[in-house]
Amino acid sequence: MDDLRELYQEVILDHNKNPKNYGKLEHANLTSEGYNPLCGDHINLYLQVEEGRIRDVSFEGSGCAISKASASLMTAELKGKTVGEAKHLFEKFQHLVTSSNSEEPDLDGLGKLAVFAGVREFPLRVKCASLAWHTMSAALAEGGKVVSTE
Amino acid sequence: MSTHTETLQRRSPSVKRVEAFDLERVRKDFPILQLKVHGKPLVYLDNAATSQKPQAVLDALNKYYREENANIHRGVHYLSEVATRGYEGTRVRIKNFLNAASEREIIFVRGTTEAANLVAQSYGRTHLKAGDEIIITGMEHHSNIVPWQMLCEDTGAKLRVVPLNNNGELIFEEFETLLNSHTKLVSLVHVSNSLGTINPIKKIIGLAHERKVPVFIDGAQAVPHMSVDVRELDCDFYAFSGHKIFGPTGIGVLYAKEALLKKMRPYQGGGDMIKSVTFEKTTYNDLPHRFEAGTPDIAGVIGLGAALEYVSGIGYDKIAAHEHELLEYATEALLAIPGLKIIGTAKHKASVISFVLDGIHPHDVGTILDRSGIAVRTGHHCTQPVMKRFNVPATSRASFAFYNTVAEVDALVQGIHTVMKVMS
Repeated sequence: MDDLRELYQEVILDHNKNPKNYGKLEHANLTSEGYNPLCGDHINLYLQVEEGRIRDVSFEGSGCAISKASASLMTAELKGKTVGEAKHLFEKFQHLVTSSNSEEPDLDGLGKLAVFAGVREFPLRVKCASLAWHTMSAALAEGGKVVSTE
Repeated sequence: MSTHTETLQRRSPSVKRVEAFDLERVRKDFPILQLKVHGKPLVYLDNAATSQKPQAVLDALNKYYREENANIHRGVHYLSEVATRGYEGTRVRIKNFLNAASEREIIFVRGTTEAANLVAQSYGRTHLKAGDEIIITGMEHHSNIVPWQMLCEDTGAKLRVVPLNNNGELIFEEFETLLNSHTKLVSLVHVSNSLGTINPIKKIIGLAHERKVPVFIDGAQAVPHMSVDVRELDCDFYAFSGHKIFGPTGIGVLYAKEALLKKMRPYQGGGDMIKSVTFEKTTYNDLPHRFEAGTPDIAGVIGLGAALEYVSGIGYDKIAAHEHELLEYATEALLAIPGLKIIGTAKHKASVISFVLDGIHPHDVGTILDRSGIAVRTGHHCTQPVMKRFNVPATSRASFAFYNTVAEVDALVQGIHTVMKVMS
């Protein structure tokens, strides 16, 4: 039960039930679609980026608690960040969820995203946690396209 | 709930009392069932994905590689003779298992998927043309959709789909309407992997034959649960996979009527499927070898033979009676859980239960159950059209084999309560 509680933390369950920044962003200038064909998780990400800074961001989609909470918390963290900062944060997040669980997780600069440290114990769920991030990364890198975590 | 109880009462009297087998002894035949997962006894309820293997199959594989390994059909030495006997002996066993007319009708393939591709490419390409129609159903596994779609792309034929009712049963009248003079092939699943529905294939085959339309049956989910008599069904093609019937992965069977096989081009070229080769012309081998190019999965075939012997040793009547009991018990126990809905409520069902929980995604269900040692499948089960039909992104699926127990159903129910606690 302990590792399950570690994965399904209060914050994650809250964001799953009441996701932040959920819905279409009318004034978005970058959009991207993410899909995990294996499990059917699906996300549409909307970004309003001006002068290299993320002014606004939202998402829509369906998926498990981990993927939904990850998208919700990611959008909350991204608002106001520069594109460079967003990419850096993605790298930090990716490291957090894929790092070996024998080492202390590096939570520096991750803020609320630290709740995803428990994902390390569940390798099969890493794709759920990182779908929104890959989608964001694709939107920023290529101006939007369908990405797959397979 | 009252409707459900009525369904149960309607179904139960049809079950004949069959003497039970010794469940404890049978479970001991499967070494993996003694395993602990995350410190809990393994509760393996993912049998529709793949089944576990009895010691008899493991022994057969081991014995083959230790004492019998050689290539078949061409060596004159002792080991080649032993291996050939094992391989061809299994073909005869499978002929009897399916009650086929001849072992020439039994083709070894990698699995049901390859069997469908073989028929699509080998029969389909030469027998279908633009404007022809292939009928499949709304509950097909992707492997019984895509090969026909590819064939349609190549030939210009059209795919027609029989829709499902809300219980996950075929709407038979729709099939009758779709069947017309353009229909050149019908392909459908015997038992649905995601809904558990047992289709009335004999009736469908009969109707198709009135129009001289051949029928391919995907039997992957049927043979672990029920005996199949291809001559009684009068099906033209019947396919199943070894790994779903307690045999090894990588081996499967295509049954096809000899008259049809004679009209079909070889699927692949290579060794074993030829009689003689010159640069000008190749003469193909006789049936069934004509469809088995390259060194086959000899060990897999021998392992499959051991698996079928094991299943026959228990007996399908006993297997069916036990699984029916599990299905009834599990259906009732799961429906008693608030917020749980079963997807697939056909009157005739195999021991497969797909379900969704209010507000909880199947992947979270799967992960949390796993921590209790319970293995279920979560996702779309390679039947995305079924998910779309029932308007769910995915389901959790518990699928039972004869070695599962009522206590394991209780563990599943307990596990789902844990899921709800963790996710609340």
